[in-house]
Amino acid sequence: MGEPVITVRGLRKTYGSVEAVRGIDLDVAPGQVFAFLGPNGAGKTTTVEILEGYRRRDAGDVRVLGVDPQRPTTAWRARMGVVLQTCRVQPELTVGETMSMYAGYYPQPRPVEEVLALVGLTDLVGRRAGKLSGGQQRRLDVALALMGDPDLLFLDEPTEGFDPSARRDAWSMISGLRDLGKTVFLTTHYMDEAAALADLVTIIADGRIVAQGPPTAIGRSEAITHVVFRLPAGVPVGDLPPAVAAKAAVSAGRVSLAVPDPVPLLHALTEWALARQLTLSDLEVRPASLEDAYLQLTSSEARS
Amino acid sequence: MNGLALVWHQYRYDQKTFWRDPTAVGFTVAFPLIFLFMFATIFGNAESVVGGVRITRTTYYVPSIVTLALIGATFFNLSITLTELRESGVLKRVQATPLPRWVFLAGRVITSILVTLLLTAVVLGIGRIVYGVALPGRTLPGLLLALFVGAATFCSLGFALSGLVPTTQAAPAVVNVIALPLEFISGLFIPKEELPDWMVSVAAIFPINPLFESMLATFTPGTAAPGIAWGDLAVVAAWGVAGAVAAAFTFRWAPRRS
Repeated sequence: MGEPVITVRGLRKTYGSVEAVRGIDLDVAPGQVFAFLGPNGAGKTTTVEILEGYRRRDAGDVRVLGVDPQRPTTAWRARMGVVLQTCRVQPELTVGETMSMYAGYYPQPRPVEEVLALVGLTDLVGRRAGKLSGGQQRRLDVALALMGDPDLLFLDEPTEGFDPSARRDAWSMISGLRDLGKTVFLTTHYMDEAAALADLVTIIADGRIVAQGPPTAIGRSEAITHVVFRLPAGVPVGDLPPAVAAKAAVSAGRVSLAVPDPVPLLHALTEWALARQLTLSDLEVRPASLEDAYLQLTSSEARS
Repeated sequence: MNGLALVWHQYRYDQKTFWRDPTAVGFTVAFPLIFLFMFATIFGNAESVVGGVRITRTTYYVPSIVTLALIGATFFNLSITLTELRESGVLKRVQATPLPRWVFLAGRVITSILVTLLLTAVVLGIGRIVYGVALPGRTLPGLLLALFVGAATFCSLGFALSGLVPTTQAAPAVVNVIALPLEFISGLFIPKEELPDWMVSVAAIFPINPLFESMLATFTPGTAAPGIAWGDLAVVAAWGVAGAVAAAFTFRWAPRRS
């Protein structure tokens, strides 16, 4: 690992009387896909915009590619690419023209054809940007951020509004960026996206970091296992063994339980079913997911 | 690339964008030419008296339409497109690139000025060929200086106004509400001798009327060379400076709705 790409220590930002960011630390290593998760209003956008150089901070130390984003230089901007959540391009220019225009902004641009292939827009090079679908437009956004061959790429909600297949395509494109050695700072509120792409996940809630680690580890840290099964036909909930009934949540005939240690519960459940010759259809035992951890960590009760 | 090469790079794409936008071309290019044709047809045979000199109404309308075209290509065009670029996040995106900000703005300003010059040439050409309006000769320096001061002023006012307009949708309405009545009372549509005196006096405070006067003078026989209306142009330039100062405070790169 080389020098960290992003280092944040004690970052704070206040709007009027609202403390949006309350002293956070971040470390992003080169070549990492770093996912930054959090509900709306958690301080996510504020933090990212401080890193990108759009906003000023109130306190703390921030280094992005070795530079304080409050003192941006041209050379620094040339080393990073930014994909904003809501940004359009000029609809009158074609895909190829827009990319050539942006290529001209950078000292060492990548060839347009190469980036077109990378984002899968080669066939649409002559199409007016205003006539692209949402997914194609988003790919053009990423293409423009890649024109300068950046070391660091900020992606803000890159698959917002995508259909499932377009989302898969975008994921493979982002994985491709990792293979190119780019560091990717990904903001998302899709847990599956973070789980599929990120090396490191950081969850922010209420202006503070509430969890940080590889996506699988964050899920496991909750130390909860889910047990789910379908309630056999004609069996009321009250007939379940007491150890199960006490913790069961029933909805639409499905019983779900979340327990720290599933062994005693499964023992009681299967013994009960065997004795009555009942089938437990759709029985499922699975560890807590990133999504469970996220919901747990960002729920208002968890923070109060 | 150095600064000038970057400006040229940016300008090439900006003029493409302009000519491919049917609304921009319609309002900026087609409108003044349609107006010239209509006014020349309706009032063409009448005469106006400017500074004690009789001129044909077509001679009156050539500088009037040049003024109208200049305001369209600069003030209308910039206040609307810059608002749109800001609200759609284009400006914010450009901010994140190494492109110096002034280069991006320069591309837009140069596009506006070159469209102004092109329209001026077309209007003068139609005036000369179709309506027989003599081109300014000895007073050409006056016309060129008026074009330059006028374009600079209305570009800077376009920047200032776009900073004040909150949304893309509001921009065309706001700019029309401001400019259209002033164009009327400045005599661009209805000749000034047919307007009430108080209207003409009000118009004199604002930049459109003095700009028109400075152009009209260069088309009036008897105006001495080089035909520069210093007093009128000073009023126009003062508005330009005020616009630039206001723009420094109002102009934003980030969308207002964020």
